[in-house]
Amino acid sequence: MTYFADVGALARKDLLLELRARDTLPAMLLFVVATFVVFHFSLPAHSSQLAASGLLWVAILFTALLGLGRAFVPEREQRVLDGLVLAPCDRSAIWLAKSIATLAFLGAAELVALPVFALFFHGIGAATVAGVVLADIGICAVGTFLGAMAVATRARDLLLPLLFLPLAIPIVVGGVGASVAGSPGRYLAFLALYDVLFGLLCWATFEYVVTE
Amino acid sequence: MRVVSRLSRVPLPALAVASLVLMTVALTLVFYVAPNDADQGFSQRIFYFHVSIAFTAYACFAAGAWKALRHLWKRDPGADLESYVAVHQGVIFGTLVLLTGSIWAKISWGHWWLWGEDELVLFLVLFLFYCAYFMLRFSVDPGPQRANFSAVYALFGVVLIPVSFLAIRIAKSFVHPEVFTLHGPNFGGWILVTYCVAQAALLLLAYTLYRVELTGKRLDARIRELRFA
Amino acid sequence: MTTAEKYVTAAYCVVFAGVLVYVVLIALKLQRLEREVGELERAAHKAAEDERETVEVG
Repeated sequence: MTYFADVGALARKDLLLELRARDTLPAMLLFVVATFVVFHFSLPAHSSQLAASGLLWVAILFTALLGLGRAFVPEREQRVLDGLVLAPCDRSAIWLAKSIATLAFLGAAELVALPVFALFFHGIGAATVAGVVLADIGICAVGTFLGAMAVATRARDLLLPLLFLPLAIPIVVGGVGASVAGSPGRYLAFLALYDVLFGLLCWATFEYVVTE
Repeated sequence: MRVVSRLSRVPLPALAVASLVLMTVALTLVFYVAPNDADQGFSQRIFYFHVSIAFTAYACFAAGAWKALRHLWKRDPGADLESYVAVHQGVIFGTLVLLTGSIWAKISWGHWWLWGEDELVLFLVLFLFYCAYFMLRFSVDPGPQRANFSAVYALFGVVLIPVSFLAIRIAKSFVHPEVFTLHGPNFGGWILVTYCVAQAALLLLAYTLYRVELTGKRLDARIRELRFA
Repeated sequence: MTTAEKYVTAAYCVVFAGVLVYVVLIALKLQRLEREVGELERAAHKAAEDERETVEVG
């Protein structure tokens, strides 16, 4: 079980860094609340509740992008990634740990964002919460993976949204479906399918992203 | 696989002539032999090329992913370039799918764009995805890292195709309650023959273009090497 | 020509134009390659001549 010990140690490192420096989470929180306020004014008066549900997903996606863009910045600035690749641990552990850390940040941001959404717009059902949890897994798994690639390119922060948004379209479909459809079961199943498929793909190919 | 490896030994001029002949036959069949569709009349004739081009684009993306897998798995030299060229062909054919599909939508439903057309929406997603592939590829310096990044992203593409297709299917129930049911043509007789010939012609055309581009790219690389030699 | 016929023709022309644009791009690239080969060729000739001059006889 050294694999999970490695993952735990790496994830703890990221959480500890965030606790000390606090540069990602406050930004995400402020961003998501500001987005809700912008949405309030961009929705015409008397528009339906369904439109607001859709916007919740846009807010989640962009907040996640904000966090993911920061995910590998410490690694790049301090050249930690080179050290991690040399360390005698499986390379996919780096991805898994980073995904868990970003998932924790995104989850923490949503713990505030969802009640604020309920306060500003309308109440949120259990299906929406389940959808958000499943979508978060997919967003963090794929987003962390792409973040590791984007950070090694010349374009850097510019590239991550371009790489990520086409891959996030199925997540939005599943999430919006889970929050607005009468029977959310199949949308949740679809999100779970997405998580499993892309999670496995990321896990299997991450090694090639950090090594040559 | 053996067929493909044998195909790669066919000289390029022969391929070009064969695709030209096949394309002429296909066009003749489409415009002069295939009967008018009972439902859609003359406009149904777009179908022969539209669907064939779409299938060809999928084949190109699949070939790109296959070459990407070969690169990651067996470290085939040249697999990276082949994967890139195949994806490039796929994007060209994907753009043609969007254009012809949009024209078909205009004839059949009077709008240039329809969110209810699964295949069009899927190709839009794929178009965005593979444009990002080019952005990724051109913002990394040539070398093993670029080859790895491109290969991994191309593999994401083949997983994205079925997942997106499923997503678009299930999204219809809340994005678009009214479902356009396109009465599929009754396959059979000349319609089937025309479709098969058009499909073969486009696949061969795509393969020919792939080989032309690959030859050019390899030549380019060799000249660059000579220059620094 | 009916409207349907016009649109179908337009669709096939779009496909044809797409392939044609591709051929033009490849042709441009080919021209560049030809020019580069020419440069290399001249460089090779020049190198050969230089070599000839420096060889001492006897």
